[in-house]
Amino acid sequence: MRLTDEQVRYVADLANLRLSDDEVVRMSHDLGQILTHIEQLNELDTSTVEPMAQVLFDAEETATLREDVPRATLGERTALANAALSGSGYFKVPKVIERS
Amino acid sequence: MSLSDNIPSLTIAAVREGLLNKHFSAKELAERALKYAEAENPKTNAYLTLAPERALAAAAKVDDAIAKGGYVGVLAGVPLAVKDVIVTKGLRTTCGSRILEHYIPPYNATAVDRLEHEGALIIGKTNCDEFAMGSSNENSAFGPVRNPKALDRVPGGSSGGSAAAVAQGTAVVSLGSDTGGSIRQPASFCGVVGVTPTYGRVSRYGLVAFASSLDHIGPFARTVEDAATVLQVIAGHDDQDATSAFAPVDDYHALMREPASGIKIGLPKEYFDGLSSETGAIVDKAIRHLEKLGCQIREVSLPHTKYAVSCYYIIATAEASSNLARYDGVRYTIRTEAGTLADMYRNTRGAGFGAEVKRRIMLGTYVLSAGYYDAYYKKAQQVRTLITQDFREAFEDVDVLVAPVSPFPAFRIGEKVDDPLAMYLSDVYTLTGDLSGVPCMSVPCGESSAGLPVGLQVFTKHFDEATMFRIAHNYEQSRAQ
Repeated sequence: MRLTDEQVRYVADLANLRLSDDEVVRMSHDLGQILTHIEQLNELDTSTVEPMAQVLFDAEETATLREDVPRATLGERTALANAALSGSGYFKVPKVIERS
Repeated sequence: MSLSDNIPSLTIAAVREGLLNKHFSAKELAERALKYAEAENPKTNAYLTLAPERALAAAAKVDDAIAKGGYVGVLAGVPLAVKDVIVTKGLRTTCGSRILEHYIPPYNATAVDRLEHEGALIIGKTNCDEFAMGSSNENSAFGPVRNPKALDRVPGGSSGGSAAAVAQGTAVVSLGSDTGGSIRQPASFCGVVGVTPTYGRVSRYGLVAFASSLDHIGPFARTVEDAATVLQVIAGHDDQDATSAFAPVDDYHALMREPASGIKIGLPKEYFDGLSSETGAIVDKAIRHLEKLGCQIREVSLPHTKYAVSCYYIIATAEASSNLARYDGVRYTIRTEAGTLADMYRNTRGAGFGAEVKRRIMLGTYVLSAGYYDAYYKKAQQVRTLITQDFREAFEDVDVLVAPVSPFPAFRIGEKVDDPLAMYLSDVYTLTGDLSGVPCMSVPCGESSAGLPVGLQVFTKHFDEATMFRIAHNYEQSRAQ
């Protein structure tokens, strides 16, 4: 199995990843190789097997719920301290909507 | 004991004894450990950041408590290294990635809080594969770690720096993380003890998420006893992590000292195919040793083992593609500017992530994409059920499973970097522990003719870390005699 360059670029777009032309070529080879290996799972009949999303243990259904009481939060300054760009208490990003 | 020549062989008990008997102060120990780490680090690149201020401040608190008769924590004065995927308030946490090169976390991981509360001295943050993705530590954006036992070889991964720090002796204990073997395999390669507890045993709060249903925090140490001490401190429920378990935490020290005789050990036959002959011989010798300790040995089967790599690389990459979406050039310091928001995301991530992380994000995005979900992701989750059932059934007959950690000892730096599938396949013996969530560890069991360490893997039932430590401690102690 091999992904076409077009398929790789489509997935890269979904993942918000800029890939160079060289990276696309490499990716189509590597992903193809891994996906070929993964095809071995089709040997197994899993039609009656429950999917496992998480390691689960016996506990009350509500065990993970805590009292709904306010707790101190990080605060605006701390929360923004690692921002690439911030101002007026907000994260700043490139303009999303152009005005006509 | 005097401090001067003993940093590389200190244990938690020796630190405590030295402090309480005033042979040295925590400040002296911290200074010594930091100086040693600074001098040794160029050889291995185990640390990305040293933390002298934090270590000295913690040491001052310990000295103060001792002087005033206050609470002296169980890890008082113990030099600790923390993998750089575990957040430390005010101390840079990079995940081995350019995209977090300047990230200063605003909070501590729960495990870090608990260790510091008991007086541990964080002397630095350790190198690792980028976002814990790798089996050799060659995927760090800040250069590979070299194995202290053989500097031309990898220390294993992804927690290579944490294993190397303990093996080299710059830290007494360290924290790593394990999603597919990232604690046990480097422990095996570096000749130290590495523990992956039951999923949910240690809070993941503050462990930067790679694959949330598989991620674990666990300790490295030079002895089973020290690893058990660290786990004792960090184990237990935390309401900051909804997946953290409520099960009570056993008294590991008391239980691990019980004799090993009578314990029923299963050897999963699927784990003994494809071993290098030398690794096979060393592991066989360890098994015979366990038999001499009075353990009952029998062969068992975990028939779905061969599907673990495929199962894992679907689930882990799917979860990773979602978890790593947050690195978007907005919140985590690094941004590559572009005219539009979408291009800014793409350029930031394209420039900020390394090759392996991109490969996994791509694979994870592909298997979750429209039309493929059932064929890949759901299928893998069903196979995960089968792999977990294998363990459940085996544990109906035996108390413990014993197996190799890796098919071969540490390989040369650069030897496998060009073949990602071969690198993935080498994780076959460790992935199943994470997929099923059972506790597992690596304990040193010998060296190859070239002097490369080999680890023995021990698995037990969910939450039965005590029996795992009991086997490993009895083995380690009787072997040392």
